[in-house]
Amino acid sequence: MKYFYKTLSVFLLFLFFSSNLYSAENNTKLLENNWTFKGLFGKFDRASLQRGYQVYNEVCASCHSIKYLTYRNLAEEGGPEFTEEEAKAIAANFEVIDGPNSTGEMFTRPAKLSDKFIMPYANEEEAKSANGGAYPPDMSVLVKARKGGANYIYSVLLGYEDPPSDIKLDDGVYYNKYMDGNKIKMPAPLSDDLVEYSDGTNATSEQMATDVVNFLMWAAEPHLEKRHKTGFRVIMYLIILTVLVYFSMKKIWSRVESKV
Amino acid sequence: MSDHNYTPQSKLGKWFNDRLPLLTLANHLTDYPTPKNLNYWWTFGGILTFCLITQIVTGLVLAMHYIAHVDHAFSSVEHIMRDVNYGWLLRYVHANGASMFFLAVYIHIFRALFYGSYKAPREIIWILGIIIYLLMMAAAFMGYVLPWGQMSFWGATVITNLFSAIPLIGESITTWLWGGYSVDNPTLTRFFTLHYLIPFLILGLVVLHIWALHVPGNNNPVGIDIKKPSKDTVPFHPYIVIKDAFALLMFLILFALFVFYSPNVLGHADNYIEANPLVTPAHIVPEWYLLPFYAILRSVPDKLMGVVAMLSAILILAALPWLDTSKVRSAVFRPLYKQFYWILVADVLILGYVGAMPAEGLYLLIARIATVYYFLHFLIILPVLGWKEKTLPLPLSISEPVLGGSINLAAAKTINDKEGIS
Repeated sequence: MKYFYKTLSVFLLFLFFSSNLYSAENNTKLLENNWTFKGLFGKFDRASLQRGYQVYNEVCASCHSIKYLTYRNLAEEGGPEFTEEEAKAIAANFEVIDGPNSTGEMFTRPAKLSDKFIMPYANEEEAKSANGGAYPPDMSVLVKARKGGANYIYSVLLGYEDPPSDIKLDDGVYYNKYMDGNKIKMPAPLSDDLVEYSDGTNATSEQMATDVVNFLMWAAEPHLEKRHKTGFRVIMYLIILTVLVYFSMKKIWSRVESKV
Repeated sequence: MSDHNYTPQSKLGKWFNDRLPLLTLANHLTDYPTPKNLNYWWTFGGILTFCLITQIVTGLVLAMHYIAHVDHAFSSVEHIMRDVNYGWLLRYVHANGASMFFLAVYIHIFRALFYGSYKAPREIIWILGIIIYLLMMAAAFMGYVLPWGQMSFWGATVITNLFSAIPLIGESITTWLWGGYSVDNPTLTRFFTLHYLIPFLILGLVVLHIWALHVPGNNNPVGIDIKKPSKDTVPFHPYIVIKDAFALLMFLILFALFVFYSPNVLGHADNYIEANPLVTPAHIVPEWYLLPFYAILRSVPDKLMGVVAMLSAILILAALPWLDTSKVRSAVFRPLYKQFYWILVADVLILGYVGAMPAEGLYLLIARIATVYYFLHFLIILPVLGWKEKTLPLPLSISEPVLGGSINLAAAKTINDKEGIS
């Protein structure tokens, strides 16, 4: 039994280890933040998600889409939890092309809760031509699509600085400490007091970066809170059942002169 | 205890059983005499059966919501993650389930290697196992393609391109596999079809695997032939059932930790970027469980020879019962083999490590040395070891672990106790 655990733990160590094997292109240590969504009982900070939506809407949304979010998600449990009225009002600010109507014409109407987030560009080509050839990636699962996850996005948002003297940048290219290759076509998106938070929070760059990354994490994993909650229950149940089965096993095997 | 003598108690049962002996089968499975000294490494057979069924059940529901089309595959997976009730749970169980399946199968295989379970009379069980393992790799690879992320697309491109290494007909075979001139919609739809088919082929082979196992019965940590049923065996139910259940629950706790708390840690971040044939990822890496073979593939400079080496690395296992010339099964009584066994384990882990690294410089050198050693182990060390090695004396039975007939108290007590049940 002892031998078994020893060998098993070596395998498991390797398993955990191997997940970090994929070589990193950029070895700069990422900035860290005490994300509330980490850990066994990790949850989102409701107020931060709402502020994060504001930052996304006022800063990011002019270039970055979140095509897999629906306006109703904003009012759903485990998310920013706007009231249904607030979510409806948010949706109504956007126009969607619908149709065809009975005469065969396409028409525009205000967005409803059932509509997907409106995208800033009609297609990838338009997005590229408006952004100097670089495609602003869709942000639906962006946090999961980058090695380093939330910390990486947070770091890039705050990682703009003047380039070292030996690096010459072209027009429309910026220097970022944490970006792969250190060159990025997005100008620094955040500066202090760029947005005015409706809840009176001081809008420092760090605050906005934290809020928007929280929001993006939720956008990528809208069921994260439910997952953590269910996970805790499942594991508790399994542990109790394992203990019960262990003692049943001991009892059954006590009839045999053999150790289990 | 012999199932040939089994007759159902009820009249209806007898009538039914005479026409379809399912009750005889159930009786055989319950009574099936199992060595009483099986350790926890033997519980992975049951765990693997559980894994297979989990994959089939979750996969079935996922397939109801998934759309196998290049324009919809990625978004249908996001639809599952967001809008399908507990879709996130199904997908994370299925995706991590594949990793857990491979974790269990590697433990199962290395258990067989340690205790010599592949030796006569269990060669067919072993070979069926190798076929199952090959099919598992095919199913896992094609499953990884379905979400149509960047790693899906480029992984599929790299692996299908391997076939082009075949002389003369290679290019045609690749085109035929793709259903076109690159990995595209026809590739995705056929991969989906095959991904759905293969688990049922595996299920059939698992039945044969277990059937073949029930002819000679289980090997055991001591590795000697035992009389069945005897004082060395216990009936499968309840003894092995409860022990397997306990081990399965422990395994499930680990499984749940992955699913609920780090569901993406075993995957690659790039697979959350939708497939784009125009952008190649910086490093194309397969899932962790294929890394050792990927390392072997890349360690050979020639493409064709690389493919041959990779395939041989798996197929050589099928010849193992004849390459290992030792008559003694368990490594417990083979002091030299035991050391080489652990070197092999380390070798495979090293191959897995360098498989994840860029194939250059020191990594490439290590990969080459490890590859050569891998083949050396099976082709040279094992055959030679069988002749040269001085093995330790084998016990006469499980209850009597020491050769020489000194009946100790424990053994005597066992004999008495056992008479109560058998």
